[in-house]
Amino acid sequence: MKKDIFKVGGLILKSRLIVGTGKYKNFKETAEAVKASGASMVTVAVRRINILDKKKPLLTDFLNPKTIKYLPNTAGCFNASESLRTLRLAREIGGWTMVKLEVLGDKKTLYPDMLETLKATKILVKEGFKVLVYCSDDPILAKKLEHLGASAIMPLASPIGSGQGIQNKINLSLIIKNAKVPIIVDAGIGTASDSTIAMELGCDGVLVNSAIAKAKKPVLMAESFKNAVISGRQSFLSGRMPKLFYADASSPKKGLI
Amino acid sequence: MNVGILNILIMAKIQLNGRKLELSSKHSITSLLKKYKIDEKKIAVELNSKIVNRNKYKLIYIKDKDKIEIVHFIGGG
Repeated sequence: MKKDIFKVGGLILKSRLIVGTGKYKNFKETAEAVKASGASMVTVAVRRINILDKKKPLLTDFLNPKTIKYLPNTAGCFNASESLRTLRLAREIGGWTMVKLEVLGDKKTLYPDMLETLKATKILVKEGFKVLVYCSDDPILAKKLEHLGASAIMPLASPIGSGQGIQNKINLSLIIKNAKVPIIVDAGIGTASDSTIAMELGCDGVLVNSAIAKAKKPVLMAESFKNAVISGRQSFLSGRMPKLFYADASSPKKGLI
Repeated sequence: MNVGILNILIMAKIQLNGRKLELSSKHSITSLLKKYKIDEKKIAVELNSKIVNRNKYKLIYIKDKDKIEIVHFIGGG
């Protein structure tokens, strides 16, 4: 069988699970959870340095960007120009060109502003960025992002941090069937089985933050997600049995006493 | 760029990460980072809304009314 390789923007990732690094108790817990998840890529945010607290620990002291790929995001940006500013700064920090674009449209739902997202994607691609784009689960807009040169399409399963799981399997399936770039479900995953379902639908990867960080035991949940994503992928590749209306006995009738 | 004896005596009122500060204008970006014990490999600097190439940190001096942003990576989803 052909080796199952997960490639995003020319980069081979050994895990189909990408994890976020927000909402943890501390950096130690973040690092332990990331390790347990088996993820080879993590999302990070770009923020002002605290100039008054010189001894504050840094994320980079706990997660080495040389061994784990950092994917800078634009969380908190509500228009194209804010997100461009953030990602240009991110590129300057460490030379990253692979980034996660998320342009939010509303504070309450954190639903993406797709008009601004499309605008920003176009510019970022032109500037040489490899853009993984958080987006609505609209198949037409997903295709537009692909045409603009997005490296991966990241439709939401449900609102960011809501843990509501996959709310529109049909749309997600339509996006997957149409896509020539990786589809990574981003946002809304609530528990490990949600990620299995996403992978069984044929997603190429899953991005999870809150479901791990907000679990009672984040490190254990991280490992659970690792297994769930592998399991879902294997299940997808295996091809499920057809659904039948009536029962079909598993033991043969022949030789029945 | 501010060079020369006169400039050394001038104080620059700047904004650093949204905070109002008064600094002597003899500070380059490199010396500003040193003053705050910031590892220049882990950050990016924006001066008056323009990203500063890290090769230029030594050459650019802080002047009055400058708005400086120093950013780094933190945990995020």
